[in-house]
Amino acid sequence: MKAKDTLLYLDGVSVSFDGFRAINNLSLVLQLGEMRAIIGPNGAGKTTMMDIITGKTRPDSGEVYFNGTVDLTGHDEAAIAMLGIGRKFQKPTVFESHTVEDNLVLALSGPRSALSALFHRQSQDEADRIDEILYTIRLFDRRHWLAANLSHGQKQWLEIGMLLAQDPKLLLVDEPVAGMTDAETAETAKLLRDIARTRSVIVVEHDMHFVRELGVKVTCLHEGSVLAEGSLDHVSNDQRVIEVYLGR
Amino acid sequence: MITQWFFRHGDRRSRIAIFLLLAVACLVPVLNLLMPDTSPLHIPTYLVSLFGKYLTYALLAVALDLVWGFCGILSLGHGAFFALGGYAMGMYLMRQIGPRGVYADPVLPDFMVFLNWKELPWFWYGFDNFWFAALMVVLVPGALAFGFGWLAFRSRVTGVYLSIITQALTYALLLAFFRNDMGFGGNNGLTDFKDILGFNVQAGATRSALFAATALFLALAVLVSSFIIRSKLGKVLVGVRDAESRMRFLGYRVDRYKLFVWTVSAMMAGIAGALYVPQVGIINPSEFEPANSIEAVIWVAVGGRGTIIGPIIGAILVNFGKTYFTAAFPEIWLFALGALFILVTLFLPRGILGLYGSWTNRSASHAARKDDEVLPPVVKQGGKLAPVPEPQAAE
Ligand SMILES: Nc1ncnc2c1ncn2[C@@H]1O[C@H](COP(=O)(O)OP(=O)(O)O)[C@@H](O)[C@H]1O
Ligand SMILES: [Mg+2]
Repeated sequence: MKAKDTLLYLDGVSVSFDGFRAINNLSLVLQLGEMRAIIGPNGAGKTTMMDIITGKTRPDSGEVYFNGTVDLTGHDEAAIAMLGIGRKFQKPTVFESHTVEDNLVLALSGPRSALSALFHRQSQDEADRIDEILYTIRLFDRRHWLAANLSHGQKQWLEIGMLLAQDPKLLLVDEPVAGMTDAETAETAKLLRDIARTRSVIVVEHDMHFVRELGVKVTCLHEGSVLAEGSLDHVSNDQRVIEVYLGR
Repeated sequence: MITQWFFRHGDRRSRIAIFLLLAVACLVPVLNLLMPDTSPLHIPTYLVSLFGKYLTYALLAVALDLVWGFCGILSLGHGAFFALGGYAMGMYLMRQIGPRGVYADPVLPDFMVFLNWKELPWFWYGFDNFWFAALMVVLVPGALAFGFGWLAFRSRVTGVYLSIITQALTYALLLAFFRNDMGFGGNNGLTDFKDILGFNVQAGATRSALFAATALFLALAVLVSSFIIRSKLGKVLVGVRDAESRMRFLGYRVDRYKLFVWTVSAMMAGIAGALYVPQVGIINPSEFEPANSIEAVIWVAVGGRGTIIGPIIGAILVNFGKTYFTAAFPEIWLFALGALFILVTLFLPRGILGLYGSWTNRSASHAARKDDEVLPPVVKQGGKLAPVPEPQAAE
């Protein structure tokens, strides 16, 4: 089977909303340990693609395989999360009435049943992992802040931290630097490169400077399917890519 | 185990509330039974029963707050669980009457004799036993909540749609219990109770004991709520309230968490109803009235949702007001209640307890602002400095 030895395998995936084809015969393959940048104009279907991978939207047709063998179309969001796919949303979504630390506690990988949560006691190992993540996302001295009080950029980082705590095999990151300052953008690129050393990552982003800093293979989506794929230079010199980006 | 936990981790407010309730549970019976009538400290029996009734409402409010305040499930049908618990207790009390009824049938309650029934319907079996009835007080509302919640949460019915079907649930039960052939006394319900566990329900001592029992159960409900909310499960519930789908993408089966807290809450409401019935002496279908469930929501909103203790204050204050208004100006009570709800929603989105909280925060932030104009204002938060929370609009 073609999906063998891949981490994520999408083939011929289509989905329509009220007759509008948001994803149109999309095929995409991600290798184990790979980081991939996805670019494309607004409405290209980037977020919808993530919805399909994470079980939020069911495709009308096509195959979606994880780890070569697991058919993702047969699982719901919680099951897919437990398989090891984590997701960061376009709009930062953290739990605003919880502290930074509690946000990480909730995300930390481990049993997810209601009973285990009722009698959960934090272990030393868990406490250490939370400290480590707080350092990584530069929020160590904000651990007792309510997430609602963080700046926009800090919320984005907290959400990335929650993904780290989840310890997924594959990370989907939707427009992580939207609304960030240049300095924060550079920091975020560094953070994502660090993360990609130990797991696979798909990053959706508009910001070309940021994509250049990541320095990875790029896929350009347009009207729900792949327009071009390759190095950033290759893709940005593609005539059709120039048209969809500049011809609007 | 849970009490042990409480002394180490319980929050200060809940601890104060529990100690107050325990004190009241001991003190009120003493002041009612041992003080001579002439003493200014004597509490008359009618007041004991009145406040006992308020405390059962407070217990209902705590149950409602558990699902609404902490998990964002706005139930407009919690009165149904309260009434079911009440009916289970009422059935026990009916069977205690025995041959002392008007028709003096040793087994059948009066209304069944009146309807010309020859034998006890199967679902009345066992209710002559107190412990069986006590079990049903929690099992019947619990099972209904479990079945209802299993269907609703699995199909991801949320928000206003869920509120509407909870309202429909209590309305459907109202209609059902009105029917004579349901076997629960129809329109008149169950009443004329004689004794409970062998004690006369009218006696002052029994009234005091019922009051004390209510205070104890309310204290227990605060303890259980506080244990749930401070556990990791409680954090998941609050996460579901604030960002349900995010919780799913973290791998949590949101529907099961909701089902758990929903069922626990319905059981608490059932206990509240069971304590209510012997103190007011009657249970009839009007307890299923949708307006009752909505009133309970107002108690919680007034006291402060998501605070455990606030709903107790809200339930007692609003019902105290209701007792006063319906006696003094019966025609304006409903308007007063409506106005209260609007005022609280507009100006006190976090209720009375929230008012207290934001007042202490604000004074701290003024102090900080004076010292430092450039940085955002800060308040102490768990020992660390944190910016002042933005004033929150009603969710
Ligand atoms: N749930 C939905 N219902 C209807 N249309 C949708 C839905 N989700 C996405 N779309 C449409 O699908 C297209 C692709 O959207 P999206 O994936 O968000 O684009 P991108 O993230 O690339 O900007 C858009 O035209 C959007 O309006
Ligand atoms: Mg998008």
